Amino acid sequence: MIRKPIHTYLAIAALVLISLGVIFLIIRDSGVETDDTMELIDNGVDDQNPIVDGIHVSTGLVEGEGLEEVVTNCTTCHSSKLIIQNRMGKEQWNATIRWMQETQGLWDLGEDQDIIVDYLTTNYPVFKKGRRAVLGDIEWYTLEGK
Amino acid sequence: MPEDYLPLAFQEPDPFKMFQKDPGMVLLNDKPWNMEAQAHLLNDKVTPNKYMFIRNNGLIPDEINVSNWVVKIDGESAEQEKSYTLQDLKSKFKNYTYQLTLECGGNGRSEFNPPAKGNQWTIGAVSCAEWTGVRLRDVLEDVGIQPDAVYIAYHGADMHLSRNPNKESISRGAPMTKALQDETLLAFAMNGEDIPLAHGFPLRLVAGGWPASVSGKWIKGISIRNKVHDGEKMGGSSYRVPCETVAPGEKVADENMCIIESMPVKSLITYPKSGAMIDLGTPLKINGHAWAGEFEVGSMEYSIDFGSTWNLCNLQRPVNRLAWQHFDGTIIFPQKGYYEVWARATDSKGNRQPMVLPGWNPKGYLNNACHRIAVKVV
Repeated sequence: MIRKPIHTYLAIAALVLISLGVIFLIIRDSGVETDDTMELIDNGVDDQNPIVDGIHVSTGLVEGEGLEEVVTNCTTCHSSKLIIQNRMGKEQWNATIRWMQETQGLWDLGEDQDIIVDYLTTNYPVFKKGRRAVLGDIEWYTLEGK
Repeated sequence: MPEDYLPLAFQEPDPFKMFQKDPGMVLLNDKPWNMEAQAHLLNDKVTPNKYMFIRNNGLIPDEINVSNWVVKIDGESAEQEKSYTLQDLKSKFKNYTYQLTLECGGNGRSEFNPPAKGNQWTIGAVSCAEWTGVRLRDVLEDVGIQPDAVYIAYHGADMHLSRNPNKESISRGAPMTKALQDETLLAFAMNGEDIPLAHGFPLRLVAGGWPASVSGKWIKGISIRNKVHDGEKMGGSSYRVPCETVAPGEKVADENMCIIESMPVKSLITYPKSGAMIDLGTPLKINGHAWAGEFEVGSMEYSIDFGSTWNLCNLQRPVNRLAWQHFDGTIIFPQKGYYEVWARATDSKGNRQPMVLPGWNPKGYLNNACHRIAVKVV
């Protein structure tokens, strides 16, 4: 278990405060909540969306440096399932981000881009599969005569 | 509420219930929805909805009003712009029914090395359902096709993931030769019923044997183009492979990529499920399906010794062109032990499925390597 640096706690505290603020605004202007504010409330790391056993429960993403940035910038448009099932190196992730910016309406990530790519390559590393993998996860069962 | 108005139950948190899918299906993505079958779920000769893979690029339309549904035919090479209601289509043109194989271009992507970006399909992004509709050709001819027509393009009602109304999530198509085939349908029914929501209700373009992304869903328009269609997911590395083969991992410039047309020869053992244990001396019956894009499967073999020897299976002819074909065989194992049953189809032109992965490409398309199941003889 890696000890979290102090700014992680500060970030979490800030998010809780922001969430409370958003909830206040929603209550005050009831009926004006947009999909975007809903996303923030749904996906952020806070009391409602905790990390259990190193997994961010609402997205299934692994806890690690950069999780917040990934949740905020990536899962607004697409499912975290698309992230988790892909294994790429830095160059490929950067190219993918460029493609999303050029064609899919992704915004400029600024300093977050390196943080996001580091998170992805660290927590979802590429593994070599060769030209044909061994059959894995076989569930053995007795086949009755047909 | 009018009867033909379909409110979408997006509050339903369980996609298996929402789309009436079998719990054995595997969810790959929930925004957009992508779900695949497992080999043993595809044993039916005609794939029922519950075992049919879902591949969506965008968001399913929020509201579908069948009585107001209009399909507009236009484009540079259309003689005129003309619109049809669903009722117009059904009553004005002769209806046809075909069993049509639809396989995602990226089926098998998960095996590529180095890995290819996108939904990591294993083997279950293929189906062969019975589609009923009108021939696209009949509709296009009713509108009038100018001699310079090159390609048709579809436009669907699905929304881009960003919810930007000016962006299409996917708008692909096919050359005129494919568009004008007998089996290319504007379909309004699947397996004798309304098309299920996730599969394009109320109207889907169905072009069997080609990457299933050609078979656009929730169709609102067809354009007759005077050039190769340049819509969303027609360019870059989308549904395109290097025109000349490349080494695994190699960078390929856009201008050296070519659009995938017919899918390659492939097969699946759908019975028994991988992992069967049988007693020595008990014959093992196997069966499955084989398909070959635009072509027919000419022969089907299995091997229980990793390709040292091959044995012929019984192979049925397709019900109609572009339908998958059914095979079966009976295997006697010589002694106890761990076996893999490998299946290999050969198309009518002599192309065989490779046992290892076929040529690498940036997006991991066209993996038609042999399917195999594990068997233990005890």
